[in-house]
Amino acid sequence: MMFNKNLKNILLVIFATLILSACSTAKKSGDIDGDVYTGKETVKYLASGVPDRVFFATNKSSLTTAARETLRKQATYLRKNKSLNVTIEGHADERGTREYNLALGERRANAARDYLMTYGISGNRIAVISYGKEKPVNPASTPLAWSQNRRSVTVKVN
Amino acid sequence: MRKIILFFILNIFLINKSNALIEIDITRGNLDPLPIAISPLHVDVNSQNYEGVKIKELGDNISKIIENNFRATGLFNPLKKEAFVQKPDIAHLKPRFEDWRLIKAQALVTGKLLVKDGKLKVEFRLWDLAAAKEMTALAFTTTPSNWRRVAHIISDKIYERLTGEEGYFDTRIIYVSEDGPKNQRVKKLAIMDQDGANTKYLTLGNELVLTPRFNPTNQMVTYMSYFRNMPRVYLLDIETGTQEVVGNFPGMTFAPRFSPDGKKIVMSFAKDGNSDIYTMDLDSRVVERITDHSSIDTSPSFSPDGKFIAFNSDRSGLQQIYVMRSDGSGVKRITFGNGIYGTPVWSPRGDLIAFTKMRKGRFYIGVMRTDGSGERLLTENYYQEAPSWSPNGRVLVFYRETKAGSKGEGFSAKLWSIDITGYNERRLKTETDASDPSWSSLLSK
Repeated sequence: MMFNKNLKNILLVIFATLILSACSTAKKSGDIDGDVYTGKETVKYLASGVPDRVFFATNKSSLTTAARETLRKQATYLRKNKSLNVTIEGHADERGTREYNLALGERRANAARDYLMTYGISGNRIAVISYGKEKPVNPASTPLAWSQNRRSVTVKVN
Repeated sequence: MRKIILFFILNIFLINKSNALIEIDITRGNLDPLPIAISPLHVDVNSQNYEGVKIKELGDNISKIIENNFRATGLFNPLKKEAFVQKPDIAHLKPRFEDWRLIKAQALVTGKLLVKDGKLKVEFRLWDLAAAKEMTALAFTTTPSNWRRVAHIISDKIYERLTGEEGYFDTRIIYVSEDGPKNQRVKKLAIMDQDGANTKYLTLGNELVLTPRFNPTNQMVTYMSYFRNMPRVYLLDIETGTQEVVGNFPGMTFAPRFSPDGKKIVMSFAKDGNSDIYTMDLDSRVVERITDHSSIDTSPSFSPDGKFIAFNSDRSGLQQIYVMRSDGSGVKRITFGNGIYGTPVWSPRGDLIAFTKMRKGRFYIGVMRTDGSGERLLTENYYQEAPSWSPNGRVLVFYRETKAGSKGEGFSAKLWSIDITGYNERRLKTETDASDPSWSSLLSK
């Protein structure tokens, strides 16, 4: 009986530790969903409440729900500022071959551009440029850094 | 009696002949490199001064370059000069073979040089010590400032004689020189001799430049530049420094390479998020579209006969290697292994394709037959890619990047080479960090 109680206590402690550590790791990687960055650390703003960038999964150029939400905000902002033109920079992480990454960055930038266009922004106002893996925003060699670097960034040109 | 002697001599000759050829099999990793003695070249006492060249040390310096070349192959073991038993000039006339055999040398290189009237005259001999005979000899004249190339040409001749394969020492490597923190790299085109000497910078670093590649005659280079923030394929004449954009594309062009006859450039053009492969004829300026697929098609590389193009596509979902006829017909996927594949490069011999493979967070350089069979992974690392072939198809040069710390510290990019046997991996000396190497063909061909 006594033994059982002890065991129970021990198990409880182990359980609690597991939950706590699970929480702490969840917090650490809380800025990544799947392998898409969801945090704000590197994000800049075109205007108040209008993030300048969206993030992608490894080797992917499909837009996540969060990315579409960000791009809708950009579209609204661009509709209000009709004289404003932008360039969308497409980027890849460092874990791919250079040439493929150039193509991938281009595809990501165009995915963002296409989405803005479906919200009524003229293609003439949106240039794209791919930098492949050449311009990491976070130079670390970690999954978090790579997720921050897989991005398209909308930059004002005038 | 006379007949007997004659017979004897003949017999020795025949025996010699059967023992004569020291041969090195370079198709396997050589774990027992051939001991070779490379005697300093004898400098003729009548040599005159020549500006910029240290005449007295020239014989030593040439032999040191040959020695370094041979050591770097992994196939030879150049012996220490302190153990040498004969003076260079005497050895060059006729070595005392038995003495050289005592220091365990199997081959001996001797030579002499004379600098006179602004000319450098060099001759060398390669001796088979076991057979006690000369294997090859050559004399040539050039300008004294060319002395490093002389050493490389001699190296090529000896390598050719001993391995039966063309050498690769009188060659250059063009690459991207890198400097500065990881997220603000300054990149310049740089060119150097294969052994790291004579580095020259071809651009100033004002704009991002990537993936330079030689044409077959090594006069021209095609590369990608972000000049005026417009990423395009360029053509550069190394001698004159003239540069021009290749083609009149309304978007990014990248991943350029020459066709084996040097008349065309094959590259990717990205439009509306889709990259396809195009060629441009350099004379007629005619542009041809080679692939038309909604996937990414890039990293094209011609077969040496010009009939096929290997390329990289993600049409199956992830990056794989495909081969097609050079008009774009008959596309066939050739990689089916575990992992994803990029940067196919056709061997100058035509028999193999080198590639980068990515699997479970590791990067490999490998080779496979041109139908994708016989895959061999030569080297594994944290990050490496972009193999380029030595002109004899025996060695690959590529670049390798290190893992960086949280602020990007500890990051480096360096050039490495490895034999296609998987042996003899070594780092190439470069003045700065380096990436995207491209190996020239033999300069003196």
